[in-house]
Amino acid sequence: MMRIAIASGKGGTGKTTIAASLAQTLSREKSLSVLVSDCDVEGPNLHLYLQPDFKDTKPVFQMIPEVDNETCTGCGICADVCQFNAIVVLNDKPLVFPELCHGCGSCTLTCPEAAIREVPVKIGMLMRGPGKSQINLRQGTLDIGEPQAVPIISALKKWYFPEIPDLEIIDSPPGASCPVVEALRGADYVLLVTEPTPFGLHDLKQAYQVTEELGLHAGVIINRASFDEKGVREFCLNHDLPILLQIPLDQQIGEGIARGKTLVEIFPEYEEEFIDMYEDIKKRLLEC
Amino acid sequence: MKIAISSPDGKADSEFSGRFGRCEYFILMQTDTDEWEKVKNPARGSRGGSGPQVVQFLANQGVDVIISGRYGPNAYTALQASAVEPYLAQSGTPLDLLGAFREGKLRKAAGPSGPGHHR
Ligand code: SF4
Ligand code: SF4
Repeated sequence: MMRIAIASGKGGTGKTTIAASLAQTLSREKSLSVLVSDCDVEGPNLHLYLQPDFKDTKPVFQMIPEVDNETCTGCGICADVCQFNAIVVLNDKPLVFPELCHGCGSCTLTCPEAAIREVPVKIGMLMRGPGKSQINLRQGTLDIGEPQAVPIISALKKWYFPEIPDLEIIDSPPGASCPVVEALRGADYVLLVTEPTPFGLHDLKQAYQVTEELGLHAGVIINRASFDEKGVREFCLNHDLPILLQIPLDQQIGEGIARGKTLVEIFPEYEEEFIDMYEDIKKRLLEC
Repeated sequence: MKIAISSPDGKADSEFSGRFGRCEYFILMQTDTDEWEKVKNPARGSRGGSGPQVVQFLANQGVDVIISGRYGPNAYTALQASAVEPYLAQSGTPLDLLGAFREGKLRKAAGPSGPGHHR
């Protein structure tokens, strides 16, 4: 199985429509079984394009410490041991801040009185099912107000379909923070989607940094390509980043996407380009 | 009574800091003796949850009253669980604010203000 992740330093670069178009093209034209994982858990939107029938759902829980005030002596060790400042001891009573807790279990393990137990708290949902063009989609959603995207993404990636697909396409959250690292981890190849503007370049650099830190192979897709792309080009050249695909700035594309259409549904001629890009990626992976 | 005032530079006669969890220093003032000292904010560099950390730190120092510009939701929850009383100020040096507090001119914080700091 090959795993291609799609990332960008900021939202709104067209990452999602590219993920959907690549999935559709390879499923239809190359008869690959494709699984798409929407890891943008704060606003998953691939389902708008792939229209899946989410047959399976599964809640995601995080273990949050709960202190038994009867047994607790107020010694404060739990507060000292918590790296995330999620417990403080005030008036000899521990106070837990669930939204700061990472569920690491250290406090429970170190409490000398065994006064802490862990209780599950729901932080989000996973969903999966077949969609358009026989593409399987799975997505995670973070409950409103819950700040922890990483556990949802890691649960989503571990939630395997019984049949192993030929290709998994991972739509990463935008940015370059911990959730992005979690989404990209384990990818064979990362497509960095960018726009040819100074801001686009800045975000591309940050997203590229993540792929470097993880030691992942990466290439660039320039979306809304127009005149001013020197900065992005130079950066790619200097960092040995291949530019795999360029999609021009086109009003028809923008309007189509707004109506829930993917790029290849608007312009089927792009299928050719996505197939070429896929073959190109395969070749590059063989060479290294 | 012991009063803690958030400060950017640890000086009693320069403008105080409105930031509670992430200020550089606290000026600790003893109202009965008029003595004061500065302490570094131990939670300043933490990634998240500095508010509750600071409340715990100040409570352990025996502080009865805090004067700062705003308190985030987590800090406020911690304050409610502690015996420390939060007061609000807009401007002034720690020495001015101590005077204003003594004259009863400062308002007690009735709830959290400002957004919480998530990671
Ligand atoms: S370590 Fe255990 S006994 Fe000590 S304060 Fe925490 S919960 Fe209470
Ligand atoms: S489980 Fe870990 S992060 Fe959560 S309160 Fe305990 S020590 Fe802190």
